[in-house]
Amino acid sequence: MKTVYVDNNATTRVAPQVLEAMLPYFSEDYGNPSSMHSFGGNVAKKIRLARSAVADLIGAGPDEVVFTSCGTESDSTAITAAIRSNPDKRHIITTRVEHPAIKNLCEHLAKNGYRLTVVPVDCDGRLDTDYLYKNLSDDTAVVSVMWANNESGVIFPIEEISRAVKDRNIVFHTDAVQAAGKIPINVGSTGVDMLSLSGHKIHAPKGIGVLYIRRGTKFSPFLIGGHQESGRRGGTENVPAVIGLGRACELAAEHIEEENTRVKGLRDRLESALLNRIPHAIVNGDRDHRLPNTTSIGFEYVEGEAILLMMDALGICASSGSACTSGSLEPSHVLRAMGVPFTAAHGSIRFSLSIYNTEEEIDYVIEHLPPIIARLRQLSPFWQEFIKKQPAAG
Amino acid sequence: MWDYTDKVKDHFLNPRNVGEIEHPDGVGQVGSLACGDALKLYFKLDENQRISEVKFQTFGCASAIASSSALTEMIKGLTLEEAARISNEDIARYLGGLPKEKMHCSVMGRDALELAIADFRGQKAQKPEGRIVCECFGVTDLEIERAIRENNLKTIEDVTAYVKAGGGCGNCHDNIQEIIDAVMGQAHPKPQKPGRLTNIQKIKLIEETLEREIRPALKKDGGDIELIDVNGNQVVVKLRGTCAACSASQVTLKHTVESKLRELVTPEIVVEEV
Repeated sequence: MKTVYVDNNATTRVAPQVLEAMLPYFSEDYGNPSSMHSFGGNVAKKIRLARSAVADLIGAGPDEVVFTSCGTESDSTAITAAIRSNPDKRHIITTRVEHPAIKNLCEHLAKNGYRLTVVPVDCDGRLDTDYLYKNLSDDTAVVSVMWANNESGVIFPIEEISRAVKDRNIVFHTDAVQAAGKIPINVGSTGVDMLSLSGHKIHAPKGIGVLYIRRGTKFSPFLIGGHQESGRRGGTENVPAVIGLGRACELAAEHIEEENTRVKGLRDRLESALLNRIPHAIVNGDRDHRLPNTTSIGFEYVEGEAILLMMDALGICASSGSACTSGSLEPSHVLRAMGVPFTAAHGSIRFSLSIYNTEEEIDYVIEHLPPIIARLRQLSPFWQEFIKKQPAAG
Repeated sequence: MWDYTDKVKDHFLNPRNVGEIEHPDGVGQVGSLACGDALKLYFKLDENQRISEVKFQTFGCASAIASSSALTEMIKGLTLEEAARISNEDIARYLGGLPKEKMHCSVMGRDALELAIADFRGQKAQKPEGRIVCECFGVTDLEIERAIRENNLKTIEDVTAYVKAGGGCGNCHDNIQEIIDAVMGQAHPKPQKPGRLTNIQKIKLIEETLEREIRPALKKDGGDIELIDVNGNQVVVKLRGTCAACSASQVTLKHTVESKLRELVTPEIVVEEV
């Protein structure tokens, strides 16, 4: 059975070019970049090139790029650096739809003496920026707002928010893990102080992340150790992953147009075909300000895990905002924050595409999903009740 | 991904006895859209008062559908007395086991069956009255007690897995723990706060509190705490291991250690780190 992978917001395939770039750094050029011999020094040179490639993708300077182990480490580093650099301030602002890396960290800090403001979103997943601005205060240590949401794909107006936050001299962090490589990012023009990236979302391997730190931003390291990353993150560099990430960033820059044309076209075709063929399906999120590769669709009166497992039996990989898939008992915090009705929240499926998806694959999903939904609705007591209440057709 | 048995997968992908019965002898429905799963069970009896036909409709995940399907197969041909003896464990066992987090699916099957039998007997749907403990999922103390007794549950996590209580906002966790303690007959009263303490008593009490209340939690995260000195109400401690490097350590100290010591030793305690 072939695999149709439309779960690229969860993780992505390592690009063949990336893998190729990495391979020499395992057992041939395995030197330590900190070593005082050219065997290690040559590796340090390659790391400098990779750092430049990452910086170029986001419009940063190479000295503003710090390699970490993952997006979560980048987020944790950013928030704790901001609050430690502003010890007199006890207030944090974030949003209701952040990734757990930010959400759970902020909730942890709130239990430990910090005041937390969590900015709501509307039913289309758009951020209530006025609410955010009203809550900025002299006590605010840091504002963290994701660039684009992983479930709905909705893009937040980071440039505008950044300007408002910076006007008040408050540290601004953005989690750009989902945005990177899919939409243009320029930290120069947006003025963000810190920005998180993750390698495995942009066809680099798992285990590598980036924290961009604007020159002049007060900072204290999260991992204290050696002098690596100019003392901003101790620990020997994950050399192959760093090299791979550099290559992945070059490719991402090359592919960003394709993401916004061909991939977006595939997403749109998938979405409109599913909406056409499956009654009572709704799109979660603002369709006009969305990542080009993402669609979240709620299929009413059926449950997401059941949909996923029936798709899985056909080789289709997607994910769900439903309760059952996560082991929690409630639908995802993102769908709840958006107020997606229960009839649809439990049956919401996220499809996230990449440049590796083909038209045939999308056709395969379009062909096989409608019968799955129909079958599960046949099983669902709520669908049966709903149908009986409808005026008889014809 | 859940580790479902082949039998669960089979009953999910090929559910038996799906549908409704037009004039059933008994019908029972549990769950709701909001809760994320629901089951409607219908049966008909033959002239010997045995279940001759049984159908179900389920909204829910793979294990909910599989549990419902399994239940219908299990009760076909049984008398109502025999069917009533089927427990949620029996349903799970029939399927070769369910992931612990999914045990509530088997409980849902048992509950629907009970309601359907009650419906046949003309009894009112007898959801035990009780007091709502978990507001997120509308679970009463009686339902929680029953699940604890029947399945020998020991932790809040267990209770959540079987009846969902505590799986939402988490505000009811203390209440669930109380019920567990009561059922297990191990309700241990909170240590009484002593009155006036001598210095030696105070230091001993601080040591005991750190040992019992603080250290286990820190150790779970790979850290540790050491008592360095006590001057009056000033408590000097040292953090070791992960805690020392963790940026949140200041905060951890201030709020966890201090508030515990204030609660259990004396309200004037101030904690400092060396």
